[in-house]
Amino acid sequence: MGPKRRLVVLLASVSLLAAIFPAATGAATIPTTYPRSETLYTSGTMWGPPGQFNPIKNWNYTTGTLGLLFEPLYLYNPLSNKFVPWLAKSGSWTGPKEYTLKLREGIKWSDGQALTADDVIYTVNLGKLASVPYSTLFNFLQTATKVDALTVKFTFLKAQYQEWSNWLYSWGIVPEHLWNGRTETEVMNDNPNPIGSGPYSLLTYDQQKVVWVKNDAWWGKSLLGLDVKPKYIIDSVNASNNVSLGQMLGGNIDLSNNFLPGINSITSGIGGYGIQTYYPKAPFMLSANTAWLATNDVKKPMNDPIFRRALAESIDVSKIVNNVYGNIVKAASPTGLLPTWDQYVDKTVVAKYGTKYNPTDAKKILKAAGYKLGSDGFFRNKDGSKIDLEIIVPSGWTDWMASIQSIAQSAKTGGIKIHTAFPSYNDRTDKIQKGKFDLAIVNDAQISNTPWTYYNWMFRQPIQAVQNAGNDGRYKNAKLWSLVQQLNVTPTSSTTAMKKIISQIQTIQLQDVPIIPLWYNGAWSQASNAVWTNWPSSSASSPHYFPVTWGGYWNMGTVLMLTELKLAAQ
Amino acid sequence: MRRYFLRKLVTYILTFFVAVTVDWAIPRFMPGDPVTGMLSRMPLQPDAANRMMGYFLSAFGLDRPVWEQYLNFWGALLHGDLGISVWLFPQPVVSVIMGALPFTLALLIPAIILSWIAGNQFGAYAARRKRLDNMALPIGYILTATPYMWLGILLAWGLGSVLKIFPLAGAYDLSMSPTLTWEFFLSAYTHWLMPFLSLFLVLFGGWAIGMRNMIIYELESDYAHWLEALGAPQGLVRRYAFRNAVLPQVTGLALSLGVVVAGALVTEVVFSYPGLGYLVLQAIQNEDYFLLQGVFLFVIIGVLVANFLIDIAYVVVDPRTRVGMQGGAG
Repeated sequence: MGPKRRLVVLLASVSLLAAIFPAATGAATIPTTYPRSETLYTSGTMWGPPGQFNPIKNWNYTTGTLGLLFEPLYLYNPLSNKFVPWLAKSGSWTGPKEYTLKLREGIKWSDGQALTADDVIYTVNLGKLASVPYSTLFNFLQTATKVDALTVKFTFLKAQYQEWSNWLYSWGIVPEHLWNGRTETEVMNDNPNPIGSGPYSLLTYDQQKVVWVKNDAWWGKSLLGLDVKPKYIIDSVNASNNVSLGQMLGGNIDLSNNFLPGINSITSGIGGYGIQTYYPKAPFMLSANTAWLATNDVKKPMNDPIFRRALAESIDVSKIVNNVYGNIVKAASPTGLLPTWDQYVDKTVVAKYGTKYNPTDAKKILKAAGYKLGSDGFFRNKDGSKIDLEIIVPSGWTDWMASIQSIAQSAKTGGIKIHTAFPSYNDRTDKIQKGKFDLAIVNDAQISNTPWTYYNWMFRQPIQAVQNAGNDGRYKNAKLWSLVQQLNVTPTSSTTAMKKIISQIQTIQLQDVPIIPLWYNGAWSQASNAVWTNWPSSSASSPHYFPVTWGGYWNMGTVLMLTELKLAAQ
Repeated sequence: MRRYFLRKLVTYILTFFVAVTVDWAIPRFMPGDPVTGMLSRMPLQPDAANRMMGYFLSAFGLDRPVWEQYLNFWGALLHGDLGISVWLFPQPVVSVIMGALPFTLALLIPAIILSWIAGNQFGAYAARRKRLDNMALPIGYILTATPYMWLGILLAWGLGSVLKIFPLAGAYDLSMSPTLTWEFFLSAYTHWLMPFLSLFLVLFGGWAIGMRNMIIYELESDYAHWLEALGAPQGLVRRYAFRNAVLPQVTGLALSLGVVVAGALVTEVVFSYPGLGYLVLQAIQNEDYFLLQGVFLFVIIGVLVANFLIDIAYVVVDPRTRVGMQGGAG
């Protein structure tokens, strides 16, 4: 190689290397190695390179974008069922269709500008763009007007209390002085070099991780006396399960929100490797959402409520909980409501109509309804044709794949024939939305401050050609839907009124079984005590927050977990 | 010379056109559609999905007839625009790929070149040396028959998990940011070694076997016997044999590149190495047409360019090609 060619090769490799080294995004300097005792390592949220810091894009922003960097008006803690005023100092309904919100005084963006009513109004008004996920806000909100620098008045077309309360903690306020004038495309961009108001700022990111650095000027310190402990938070792109587990055991990851099958046997082993879960015993994890068996309610024989009840009675969920999950999930209540909504479960209705595993009764009611048992031990349709239902889950979702095998096995005991199939995620979603399925497991509705979000997703009317808005089973019931809407316009403070409506909803739901609750998926969380301690747990002396870094959880109190962490004694 | 390269160039352009067309079409045969999948992953109030559907269909140009999408794709491609990623919306595919490409190249190029050189040298050395040959042959066969990722898993288990010599995953330690320091390069090197080895060893076995067989064949040819009869030293005979034996190996290199790239992508997944392999996996799962076709476009270009370079190299190493091009007796 001549010297000239050598130079070319050198230049080419340097330019390639330059692509690996991203530029620092802020004024803070990037250390070569992050000091272990100042750094919190997390994993379990990112499936690809980070780089998205736009809180509007709540489906693929880098974790922490809402919660660490941008902040909502309120936090909502599902464990205490309490709203914690955050950017907001207070807020209340000041008229039948009027909500007045007061901001805290002294909150500053990380560029030094004050956070004011203008920022809140700008953020809310972004909902007027069709591409913004909360555009539904303007179905019932009329205007947001400024009263003074720290007060905003919201005037509603219809006071949908439940939906509004959900909005208050779900979305981050963005800086109007930097965002004003952005086009729709710009509003939906990645928001590089983000300026937020939260306890952390973006330091840097590369192919493997994102690094957040503590914002020393954060308002929470002076206004709330709160202090987040780690100087750096490093969230890493997910590796395979075995690697994640290895990293945990080696003390290289402090908080893993990966689904690690068999973690129960590790934490309950001798010493537990210093790894803990929220509960020391089953179910180990907090519950994040309900896994439902969606039945195609317009297709024979699932269009028959008696058949659906028999199906529900033929599924032994405890087998799935035991054998597939090793007890890190919990069997769902017949209402499907998450443990956090226990107060809304009407126990008398459940006792009267609730289903539980009972294959004998399943067979009995099927026979009584006119289904005939074939010589192969499986029931036939009323017209004598064979029943062979297909149950689908996305390929590669190993726990669900094992679960539906268990369901197919278990359904035999009730005389119902089911076979399994594993289409790709998108294929499966397409099939469900277009109604081209028999049975499927779905869990699209997540934990929130109100069961209304669950019912709104489950029972939504009217039925469309493509059901991309929930109600996967295409279950028609106008009365039920009007109850759900009635619930939406019931003030969140009127628990009694809410319970009354929910009891009516449950009466219909449990009699008709439009969708079958199976188990509660866990808010997978494993914490290592090697470097940081005082993790949230069920013990009385520990903090009670969700130890979960997934998108949508920082604002459900996880950010407060950071203020409670302590360095382990070395 | 000119005609030779012109003919080659036309072949390459045709290949490129067909390959890119197939590359464009294949992701679109997947059942389901990317926007529906994307929306279903969003935590949304149910109503919002309908409104966002229209926005995203037009943002990706998926609301156009298929033939128009295809023409637009070529139009954009000629401007160096590969579209925007569905999965990492709205990052341009080019920048997503550029972030991962250095890692893939850092694995592939050394593995291909070093294994080719070392494999050929070793194969040539082992041929006709009984003890070495008896030992090298089975090992070479086993190595070359091993799938990359399986060897990768074995290495990860043995060297990473049991002996704990090398880190299991990633391209450098999580506690580091890429900086131009020895510390970082050492970390990057130890992370690189295992995925590199799993590619290198498999390829090495293949080249060594091929070379060994070629050398034995050449040593049996007339010119070798003639040289020996003239009393030429063994070293000289072997040197001539090597030169002749290396030609099919060059061709073999060109032919195998595509397979090697595919193997590398899987190896990256095994070691969670942040290269193109990881992107392909996610792109398939998210039905990200644009990212998928973008990654494979890079693979196509890479393989074609490498083949072109090998064509040039062939002219240098094989005098017959040169003579043929200059219109001499061939």
